[in-house]
Amino acid sequence: MAATAQMTLEEIRRGLSWRKQLDKVFVLIGLVILFACLAILALLFLDLVRDGASRFGWSFFTSFPSRKAVNAGILSASVGTALMMFVTALVALPVGVAAAIYLEEYAPKNWFTGIIEINVTNLAGVPSIIYGLLALGLFVYQFGFGQSILTGGLTLALLILPIIIVATRESLRSVPKAIREAAYGLGATRWEVTKDHVLPYSTGGILTGLILGLSRAIGETAPIITIGALAFIAYLPPSPVTSEFPFLSFEWLMSGFTAMPIQMFNWVSRPDQAFQANAAAAGAILLGMTLAMNAVAIFIRYRFRKKINW
Amino acid sequence: MATMLEPEDVLSNQKQAAPMQGDTRAQKAETPSVAIAFDERKATRANPPKAAAEKLNFWYGTNHALKDINLPIAENQVTALIGPSGCGKSTFLRCFNRMHDLQPATKYQGAITLRPDNVNLVGPETDPIEVRMRIGMVFQKPNPFPKTVFENVAYGLKLRGIKNRTELAERVEKALRGAAIWDEVKNRLNDSALALSGGQMQRVCIARALATEPELLLFDEPTSALDPIATAKIEELITELRQRVTVLIVTHNMQQAARVSDFTAFMYLGELVEMDSTSKIFTNPSKKATEDYITGRYG
Repeated sequence: MAATAQMTLEEIRRGLSWRKQLDKVFVLIGLVILFACLAILALLFLDLVRDGASRFGWSFFTSFPSRKAVNAGILSASVGTALMMFVTALVALPVGVAAAIYLEEYAPKNWFTGIIEINVTNLAGVPSIIYGLLALGLFVYQFGFGQSILTGGLTLALLILPIIIVATRESLRSVPKAIREAAYGLGATRWEVTKDHVLPYSTGGILTGLILGLSRAIGETAPIITIGALAFIAYLPPSPVTSEFPFLSFEWLMSGFTAMPIQMFNWVSRPDQAFQANAAAAGAILLGMTLAMNAVAIFIRYRFRKKINW
Repeated sequence: MATMLEPEDVLSNQKQAAPMQGDTRAQKAETPSVAIAFDERKATRANPPKAAAEKLNFWYGTNHALKDINLPIAENQVTALIGPSGCGKSTFLRCFNRMHDLQPATKYQGAITLRPDNVNLVGPETDPIEVRMRIGMVFQKPNPFPKTVFENVAYGLKLRGIKNRTELAERVEKALRGAAIWDEVKNRLNDSALALSGGQMQRVCIARALATEPELLLFDEPTSALDPIATAKIEELITELRQRVTVLIVTHNMQQAARVSDFTAFMYLGELVEMDSTSKIFTNPSKKATEDYITGRYG
């Protein structure tokens, strides 16, 4: 009898076992690569912790920089970083979300908005030092903001704007068309649809984008150095809360500052070995801050996913 | 060919049809007949039209999707649109609340006149938001907002500036009762509408559309995502709604059209082939194409 096209059971089993082997090989390769990456990160973190172990302690957080390594701390750097992140978030969030809403909900789809879209995506790839140069010319000299927390915050806000815009658009786009139609069908205007529905339902994605942007900004060194953040600061910016009316002061915005990565950079470049421990300790803290922010982002995303399940 | 049908024509057709019913049923005995529950209401007089499409044309870009549609929608009665996929029935339905305006490059021509004030719903001078505030819509898939049941139903009222809590509560209750879901959700008003079953969600969506007391209620295949039991409830609801609101429903299910509607319009390739009382369409259609479709020769 002539051979038929149908495979015998044996042939099917032989072929299948080979294909299943391939499947397992791929899983193995994937796992090896994954663990290698995680191991490198873990090693780096442990190495920093080990090198800086001698410096961890309350005084490290409450001391200003000092010429003696043992007395030096990260008080001014951590406060500077925190204030700068605050300004960055405050500027980047509304501007980025507004830009994303316009591009996603309002802008007509034509060549002009096409160019804007491509450029927003490209901005995310611009080297951060370019932002530093832009900020030096624009904020420091043109606007006369000086080498201040305001300048630093604005610079980093520019830097993370594309991240926030892209994340927000992604998030807005994931709101189903059916939901928009339901709201339009009841007679809502475009703005009402956006503010009552699209925006609230995409809050999770937007906040995740913001935090991921901030965790990138927190480690940026080049643009901060370019605008001239000081490396040795033994004072804190003026307090934002005052005892006299109107109880709020914005002088801190114009204050000179330093930031965590700059402090680290400064310590690393010292010849004295003792400062290396300081740099390692600061590095471990910075890394910990970044990981904590990412954890918050994951938590927020998880919470919103659970609440809104399309 | 689009047929211009005034309600009077429909009425006279019905009169002719009545004595023939027995015969036509016998003739069609060998074809897979559609189960139709004939009842008295379908032989009643047609109400004056609440709305009427007049020489309505519609384009998606260069695609001429609706061609010279003339169709009266009888007041406080249910008109069903049937036809094979892609025949333009949903496109036609969505003209009534200007949903196409959300898409770029769409064009209307002709008129859909809403009585008694004779506003042309698709006229360029008519604000689509104004149109949507007068005409409600229920969609193919239940699409409640991811908010509470109460907030879902109250949303349309809030858009209209109603803030008084008592009034909101009263009107939400009335709408939920009208959608035959009050008893099921009265203790869950502050739960997320997404926690309900598919059929309950769809009835909440109907309540949401009813809350603002629309003059015309559009249903776009409202049961296509539901199981048979939920479908039966929605169909029962639609037949009840007739007493309060004019209904236009698109359905791909001919039995459903036969069960719920007073009038049926058959569309094919963007044209209205025939519109008549539902009993006439399903027993003695005047056009060959209609007969072929309802007896299952295509579609």
